[in-house]
Amino acid sequence: MSGLSQIVKTVSLVLFVPILTFGLYVVAHGHLTPGGGFQGGTVIATALALFLVAFGAKEFKRILGKDFLSAVESIGLLSFGALALLGLGTAFFANFLANSGGLFGKSVPVGANAGIFNSAGTIPLMNFAVGIEVASALSLVLLLMYLSEKGVGK
Amino acid sequence: MKAVAKTLVFLVLVFFLVLTAIELRPFGKPKKSTMDDYIIVEGQRETAANNLVSAVVFDYRGYDTLGEATVLFAAVSGVYLLLREAKK
Repeated sequence: MSGLSQIVKTVSLVLFVPILTFGLYVVAHGHLTPGGGFQGGTVIATALALFLVAFGAKEFKRILGKDFLSAVESIGLLSFGALALLGLGTAFFANFLANSGGLFGKSVPVGANAGIFNSAGTIPLMNFAVGIEVASALSLVLLLMYLSEKGVGK
Repeated sequence: MKAVAKTLVFLVLVFFLVLTAIELRPFGKPKKSTMDDYIIVEGQRETAANNLVSAVVFDYRGYDTLGEATVLFAAVSGVYLLLREAKK
């Protein structure tokens, strides 16, 4: 039996869901509240780190393999670059969706307001791209370090 | 002799640090703030984002974020290369 004791496993599973939810919240509301892709991705990576420490590398690799994490990381970075290139009609990194009325295209009143989720154009999409990149990158680093330390989970 | 040289270097460094701290402009009074004022006034209308920091990081200064993401990717690639499993 790999990993830590049953108590640690149960408690980490109880904590896993709220941490993951908080990380996704920080990523999704990057354009409204403090936070964003980098910060939320790091929070998601801490949830995965908790899972890795409690359950061991074998169980972790069964769910999220090295190749899968590497692919998700590359997809995140590529979609970030592609979103930047899509604005090339105006300029590199132009926010072509903002105030357009479509996806994430609502305008917000100037000044203090409660916040509209469906606003800010490409910023939420870029937050998501950076979020999945950072989350998978950090958990991939942790997994690689764990494997090299223990020499298990081949 | 070595101790004297060390003390001298330390004192020179402290002197320049204190000089820099004295020469700093007062807090909240930057020399030129044309760009800041533009972003503060127009940012919320142009990007429709309430969080102006996100607007700057992902829109006005997107190049910087692209560089950060690339640096992270390169760092992870380096870790992957260094900590790969050895071929038997």
